[in-house]
Amino acid sequence: MKAAPYLLCLPALVLFAGVVIVPLGMTVLLSFHDWGQYKGIEPVFILKNWQEVLGDSYFHEMFARTFRIAFFVTLLAAVFGAPEAYILNRMRSPWRGLFLLVILGPLLISVVARTLGWALLFGGNSGLVNKALMGMGLISAPLPFMFTETGIVVALAHVLMPYMVLAVWASLQRLDPQVENAAVALGAGPFTVLRRIVLPQVMPGILSGAVIVFALAASAFATPAIIGGRRLKVASTLAYDEFLNTLNWPLGAAVAVLLLAALIAIIWGTNRLVERRYAQVFA
Amino acid sequence: MPFLELEKLTKSFGGHNAVDGLTLGVEKGEFVALLGPSGCGKTTTLQMIAGFVEPTSGAIRLGGKDLLAMKPAKRGLGIVFQSYALFPHMTVAENVGFGLEMQGVTAAERRTRVAETLELVGLGTFASRFPRQMSGGQQQRVALARALVIRPQVLLLDEPLSNLDAKLREGMQIELRQIQRTVGTTTILVTHDQAEAMALSDRIVVMNQGKAEQIGPPHEAYERPATAFVANFLGKTNLVDGASVRPERISFAAAGLAGTVRTRIFQGNHWLYQVDTASGLVTVIRQNTGEAMPGEGDAVHLLWEGRA
Repeated sequence: MKAAPYLLCLPALVLFAGVVIVPLGMTVLLSFHDWGQYKGIEPVFILKNWQEVLGDSYFHEMFARTFRIAFFVTLLAAVFGAPEAYILNRMRSPWRGLFLLVILGPLLISVVARTLGWALLFGGNSGLVNKALMGMGLISAPLPFMFTETGIVVALAHVLMPYMVLAVWASLQRLDPQVENAAVALGAGPFTVLRRIVLPQVMPGILSGAVIVFALAASAFATPAIIGGRRLKVASTLAYDEFLNTLNWPLGAAVAVLLLAALIAIIWGTNRLVERRYAQVFA
Repeated sequence: MPFLELEKLTKSFGGHNAVDGLTLGVEKGEFVALLGPSGCGKTTTLQMIAGFVEPTSGAIRLGGKDLLAMKPAKRGLGIVFQSYALFPHMTVAENVGFGLEMQGVTAAERRTRVAETLELVGLGTFASRFPRQMSGGQQQRVALARALVIRPQVLLLDEPLSNLDAKLREGMQIELRQIQRTVGTTTILVTHDQAEAMALSDRIVVMNQGKAEQIGPPHEAYERPATAFVANFLGKTNLVDGASVRPERISFAAAGLAGTVRTRIFQGNHWLYQVDTASGLVTVIRQNTGEAMPGEGDAVHLLWEGRA
């Protein structure tokens, strides 16, 4: 009778193992195989791919770019997403629902479609964004957006913003509205209330949103592929090219596994930090 | 002239008057309770004094000055919220010291005053704890300390004890009363609990549908309720032949209103009776003195002072 719970879990476990664990294990295994232009993939155990990925400055640059982009996307999402969630939370009922839909709506549209939209806005020296910025007198010459990191960061920040807004929104929901009144009654101005009372309480929300955005930005494929083009590669587009253009599957696998390992390390470290920092405060 | 004056204070929400022309004067050092059922306007009144809700019309003056002209942050009132509204990311000492910090009090003086106030509420050793690590009663004291430490002109208590269990509530009532006497702060309590209002305050304001039904000392309002609403709200009452009689004023006697005991409930320090009479069902409360009492189904006679 004791076996019943395990038996009931079995279908889900089989599915999980079949679609996640097995392919992942095969990818890890693949990264240790050999590959040659004419001999193809050889199922041997060598460290050649890993030595190449870890030793070659070409790959260093690629990974540095990937995490640099992810970092700035996360920063942008936090700087714009957190206030956005706060303003949203303070809106009255009909407007709140409407603007929540405006922010979350893009999630319903394909990333490719949205990114192609950005490509249209960025495109060339007469792109709409450059025209608008020059028209407002903010810049004198067109900024290069297409095929640059700046372009990727802007487009990715837009694509991933809803995740930050949702995470901060969730932590704002747990806030006792009277707490802000209590601070006001004790003589705190609006800015002090935000900085000393609201921000520290939504910090865990911002951090968990940052983890999601960072992970999605570092492993994003469509946006860097379209905005970055063929030359400005990041880890995921690099892995794709190794698999499908060079056909060097083992090297591509090493890149993919390294990206996964780095992301897990970063997310795990951040989680540890958050848990230790906020454990006593937010039970 | 009273210290805190509410004059014809009115607040309408969409045509409905939540508070309807409330006039009240509170003397310095006085403890006044706003008592009434939910929706009677007592909390709205408190929020207007605090500045979180703007009155539709009327005036609030504190020490002769127009309070409505001041921003909530400048009013210098101490408020204890029903949910306590402690800052969860700050320690007890930081919570209590926050108001002083906002006033620009030096760190050294802040430490002394925070320690003094925590001592006053009996939390001397809890300074470095976080709110989540404390019981409801302790959090309640932190909220009280945080409101008192800034030496407020008026202390506003919004249902401060309603989240505590019955036993703790009774203890806190006595303590709250003692602390208020010690500090001498003018205090306004909002509550729906008539026992709490009567136990704590010098005067009670019984509110109903935005209006004050009666303003007076608790025993006076209890003994001489101005309206049927007040009589019903302040404890149990019987309406016998058009007159209002408190259950504890009725005794069993050899002669009087004849009736039969329908139910008898033992409540430790007293017995609660429901007696069928010609004038309807009458509630009687008798002290438990250890003597034998009439049982269910017994024929009794009811007598009270002033019975025609």
